[in-house]
Amino acid sequence: MSRTRKVAATAALLAGALALTACSTNREEATGGGGGSCDTSKGTLVVGFIAPLSGSLSALGLGMKNSTDLAVNQANQNCTVPGYRLALQAEDDQATAQIAGQAATKLASDPNVVGVIGTLNSSTAQSAAPILANKKIVEISPANTNPALTQGDNYQSAPSRPNATYFRTATTDAIQGPFAAQYMVQKAGKKNIAVIDDGKTYGAGLASQFATEAEKLGATVVAREKVGEKDTDFSGVIAKIRPTNPDAVYYGGEYPVAGPLSKQLADAGLNIPLMGGDGIVDKTYVSLGGREGDLATNVGAPPEQLPSAKAFIDAYAAAGYSEPFSAYGALTYDAANVLIQGVAKAVGNGTFSDATRDGLISAVQATNLQGATGAISFDQYGDTTNKVLTVYSVQGGEFKPLETGTYPAS
Amino acid sequence: MHAVEETPRLSTFLSQIANGLVLGSLIALIALGYTMVYGIITLINFAHGEIFMVGAYGGLATLTYILPTAIATTWYFALPIALVAGAIVAMLIAVAMERFAYRPLRNAPRLAPLITALGVSVALQEAMRVFYPGATAALPFPNLFIEGAVVIPIGDGVVIRYVGILLIVMSLVLAFGLERFVERTRLGRAMRATSQDRDVARLMGIDPDRVIVLTFAIGGALAGVAGVLYGSYLNNINIDMGFQNGIFAFTAAVLGGIGNIRGAVVGGLVIGLVKALGGQYLPGGTAYDYVWIFVVLIIVLVFRPQGFFGESERVRA
Repeated sequence: MSRTRKVAATAALLAGALALTACSTNREEATGGGGGSCDTSKGTLVVGFIAPLSGSLSALGLGMKNSTDLAVNQANQNCTVPGYRLALQAEDDQATAQIAGQAATKLASDPNVVGVIGTLNSSTAQSAAPILANKKIVEISPANTNPALTQGDNYQSAPSRPNATYFRTATTDAIQGPFAAQYMVQKAGKKNIAVIDDGKTYGAGLASQFATEAEKLGATVVAREKVGEKDTDFSGVIAKIRPTNPDAVYYGGEYPVAGPLSKQLADAGLNIPLMGGDGIVDKTYVSLGGREGDLATNVGAPPEQLPSAKAFIDAYAAAGYSEPFSAYGALTYDAANVLIQGVAKAVGNGTFSDATRDGLISAVQATNLQGATGAISFDQYGDTTNKVLTVYSVQGGEFKPLETGTYPAS
Repeated sequence: MHAVEETPRLSTFLSQIANGLVLGSLIALIALGYTMVYGIITLINFAHGEIFMVGAYGGLATLTYILPTAIATTWYFALPIALVAGAIVAMLIAVAMERFAYRPLRNAPRLAPLITALGVSVALQEAMRVFYPGATAALPFPNLFIEGAVVIPIGDGVVIRYVGILLIVMSLVLAFGLERFVERTRLGRAMRATSQDRDVARLMGIDPDRVIVLTFAIGGALAGVAGVLYGSYLNNINIDMGFQNGIFAFTAAVLGGIGNIRGAVVGGLVIGLVKALGGQYLPGGTAYDYVWIFVVLIIVLVFRPQGFFGESERVRA
């Protein structure tokens, strides 16, 4: 075999290796319990769930799964859906769009799946939402923040809703990005900001929303860089932004990159705060290198400070899950309850079949519920009408809420 | 963007050179294992990146579960112990891999061990994910060396962390030592003989199996050292780290001339420098820095298919 042919064969094998690692495990889990005293004569309905349950974002995904599990168990205990037992079927998307698509296809093939809670990443929602919409299965995400998911690609000029089955309890980056810029420029007084993102749907979208508003407010975006979501060594990017003398860094992406990036900024002598969005709000951010004084915005108000969330926090603690509910717990719990209430309303005293799905979509659209995060209802795009966000800062090794508000500031 | 002055421009250039050398030294350490194994049994051992990953976890496990905190936080104890532990764990896995995955295929068609290598790679990654506590996500790794950095006062300063310097020095010293070992010792001569012709080497009284195990052990130990230094430099490790760095190291070995020790080191440094400088100065910036690595690889292979230091392919019977 000649050298060049060997290299060609090697390249083909490498491609094979990539494909192999991409489709490793698909864990499945069906839980549900209680309901001992309820009438479950009509059978079992399945609440689907898609989020990363393994891999670097699993801290967020597992908190979401437990919160959904809690809502399902409570519904079973309270006989919320008459005649049916609810079961949770959680699928791991490994934060990968392609695997999320497989998970959505799998759930969509089960006629007993009433709806799906998830996903975590906007990029995975882009592949899962159309598959579920095709089967008229309601999807409610507690965590997707990319505006295009509800308002289409031209959300700034001509918003139009791509999937009537897709809803979310998280507000969008069209609000989160400017909200962060408002804080960074006007409250924290940062004027020379380096903006970095990971090039994914969520990160790139959030970072450009931030950059646009920051410049509008009079700050200078001194550098605009991209890093890979699997990168670990950011010395190149840091050396590149260093001569521009930034006084802060805004990062669009998630904590597996943001934590080490923050640490390496300080290692290179740039002792400036890093700010990010909801994707970095997890305690893992700090253990991976996030520093004191780093900032983040997150959707909703801090659950610990909301009287409405107390029942959820107490029930979560009482249920004894091994992982904390993390950044999206309360929003996930609300999303699951919206779905369960919608099912109860659509099914009524009848039975669930494909004919019930249109009724379920309208029931969710018309949601008017007092949830853990406050009042929940949806606008014509499926976006939550609750547009509150909170600025957090790392203090004493964890994210502490600084102030809650919205954009434009009222 | 505001104008960048001349001296900051120089300091940026030097910073990127330093970044490139650190990354390049790391890649070189891993590439040595690729190149040695290829040199002796013409197998591209794709699981070698995973040996590097396992070495890092071995070092971390020693620090977290075995050493008392007082020792694990004192660098002049923790650093050598973690390096040795990482090297031993990686060496044991590499030797086991050779014994159970590759030796049964010693006389099989060449594609069989290559596919096996891919399988071993996936198996090692998944085994770590399942069995190492918390390995489903990135794990923090302590800094094992003096915290801090040298700042060279040019422009607004060229910052090189002590851990980075340690990485460069360790890599060069180990590569030099390995070359001396292969060139000057009896065992090294046995390795060269086996690589040239296994059957004739056997007739000369060399046990090729022993020599092959030794090759895997040395390559594994170097990868384990690289894994611990990587963890210490970047302060976190994850189960994917072997894949990306393994591909870089494989590319470095091919670039330098696979089978050649000096070539692996030069290839590693070239890749580190291309990544750092390409991200700074070439179009597309850091989003495209990987592209330039492979552009360089393709250009080199077009004009010099055997790599920088490689010999032209021998005709085999």
